[in-house]
Amino acid sequence: MTSLLVVERTTAMHRVNPVAKLLAALTIAIVLVLTIDVVSAGVALAVEALLLPFAGVRPRTFWIRTAPVWIAAPLAALTIALYGQPGGTVHFSWFLIHVSDGSLHLALATSLRVLAIGLPSVVLFITIDPTDLADGLAQVLHLPSRFVLGALAGMRLVGLFAQDWQALEAARRARGVADRGRIRRFLGMAFALLVLSVRRGSKLATAMEGRAFGAPVRRTWARESRFGAAEWTVVAAGLLIAALAVVVSVATGSWNFIGAR
Amino acid sequence: MLLLGASGAGKSTFLQAAAGILGGADEGEEQGEMLLDGRPAAEQRGRAGLVMQDPDAQVVLARVGDDVAFGCENLGVPRDEIWSRVAEALDAVGLDLPLDRATSELSGGQKQRLALAGILAMRPGLVLLDEPTANLDPDGVREVRDAVARMIERTGATLIVIEHRVGTWVDLVDRVVVLEPGGGVRADGSPAGVLGERGDELAAGGVWVPGHEPAHPSRRRAYGEVLLSGTDLGVGRRSTVSSGIDFEVRRGRVLAVTGPNGAGKSTLALTVGGLLPPREGRVIASPALAGGIGADPQRWRSRDLVSRIGSVFQDPEHQLLAATLAEELAVGPRVVGADAATISRVTDELLVRLRLDHLALANPFTLSGGEKRRLSVATALATAPPVLVLDEPTFGQDARTWAELVALLAELLDEGTAVVAVTHDALFVDALADDRLVLAGSVLGSQERGMSQ
Repeated sequence: MTSLLVVERTTAMHRVNPVAKLLAALTIAIVLVLTIDVVSAGVALAVEALLLPFAGVRPRTFWIRTAPVWIAAPLAALTIALYGQPGGTVHFSWFLIHVSDGSLHLALATSLRVLAIGLPSVVLFITIDPTDLADGLAQVLHLPSRFVLGALAGMRLVGLFAQDWQALEAARRARGVADRGRIRRFLGMAFALLVLSVRRGSKLATAMEGRAFGAPVRRTWARESRFGAAEWTVVAAGLLIAALAVVVSVATGSWNFIGAR
Repeated sequence: MLLLGASGAGKSTFLQAAAGILGGADEGEEQGEMLLDGRPAAEQRGRAGLVMQDPDAQVVLARVGDDVAFGCENLGVPRDEIWSRVAEALDAVGLDLPLDRATSELSGGQKQRLALAGILAMRPGLVLLDEPTANLDPDGVREVRDAVARMIERTGATLIVIEHRVGTWVDLVDRVVVLEPGGGVRADGSPAGVLGERGDELAAGGVWVPGHEPAHPSRRRAYGEVLLSGTDLGVGRRSTVSSGIDFEVRRGRVLAVTGPNGAGKSTLALTVGGLLPPREGRVIASPALAGGIGADPQRWRSRDLVSRIGSVFQDPEHQLLAATLAEELAVGPRVVGADAATISRVTDELLVRLRLDHLALANPFTLSGGEKRRLSVATALATAPPVLVLDEPTFGQDARTWAELVALLAELLDEGTAVVAVTHDALFVDALADDRLVLAGSVLGSQERGMSQ
């Protein structure tokens, strides 16, 4: 869990304000879910392929962390190819399965879309340090610091869940009640975990109050969250990818607004 | 100033009031007023800083520097000044770590010093410590005590500390106040005066007074047959934390497992207790213990385990199952098929023995830390297993309950129970240990046999 909470700030990309990364990833995702066509997703993916090598993520890390996206894309394609809305020539049909030109086209569009949204999101998010994100949300986007910092401090406790669960399991075996009633035991442990978390959360809240959290003065920030040239570049890259996808797609006549279907 | 008093006398509540974080009228009743520099404490956030017992509950942020800076930020200190205060505070508590070190990687003693630094950076006039060393190993206790001593010397802040183990702080304080349960002050004066005049009385009330340590119980030291053994054992969860461990657990003897935090003592306790598979080697139960169900405790069913090896965990809250103490104690006996009369006799006896009988119908979660620990020991005793595996059995006990627990264990040992105890408590080792196993992380652990007869 350490790796999730403390991300090394090694490369230029790691130092870019997380808010910029969030905006860039969101821009691409919003534009690409507005339409389902091969061209827009294909163009976005192509431009991303040119830009991603500059993100400063090591190849090995890239492939490991984006593996779920690479697995999800063909699975989504397969499902849509088999069960998607049929259209044009039907190649194969059995029970609910209809593989047609229409469903194959839709399948390709979907899998490209999963990659075009998934890959940049993963690459941008694995370089985000939670503390930096909280600083950015509170200082750049001016979200209420009480909630942002509360959530940040609470995240640390999530890492303890796995440890607690293992201890609860061992404890039930030690008490002699681990042979039967699997479902009941699971529910009991889930409840115990909830109780432990609430207690820990309230202890943390006391500790934070003890450090003047919520004091009636204007809070200062030890770490400045900057939004400068590097941040605008990342946001611009997101906009560029989204804009190119729309322009090429509309120009080739393949843009199909999802609401218009 | 050292603040003493029996459990429930209101020591922690007093400190929280002084820190101004006691909460509003909806969270309880309040009489009188708590003034800091002549003004209500709750209006002066940051004037008093509080460090509590649990090292894990006080870390707020993920990096050392950010965590120390947190209090300053909340007080609206300008950015440049924050970082100079952070450096100063870390230096004052002797934490020589990079500012971006992950707080999750710190030891218990380091976490407590970090919490202290976080308070110091706020430049409080009053530093409040609520049993800051209760969960630490002896090295951690020394670290924290020295850090506090250095801090007082440098800042001239006022210190109020609550601690059962008076010896840790007695050289540092110039006033001792003893609170009276139910209200009021029982004693107030210089350490020599209060501890000298009222040493016996305080010790009888559970305070650890130097020179008034509880007596060791007398025992018939036996050299019984081997019930459990391990050779060249390696323990760990995802990776091996300690290996090459050899040990024997004998009837009527205590095997004390010691070593620094993180050496794998608790992991070993789980492995010996048949709750975690060893990574190397085997734990073997002798036929006398196994009684015909195979020599590997890992493979026993849960209800066969409970009548053979009783385990008590470091955190008692993990082991609580029932809504009342009486039901909690009945769980084990019911699993092994005891009849109703036996169950109620066993639970009643244990409740009285461990001074929990007035709480029989209370919810286990509402007990104090020390009471929870005694309860979890009692749950393991309820099925009278021949082997007991105890992880820090004396944590949070005052001198009186400590003595009772040790006496109870001595009695069980004389009746032939074998005990494996993971502990930092040197007094406990002195009082009971027959054999010792010292773990030192990845280094080989070897058992040295103390043949004190």
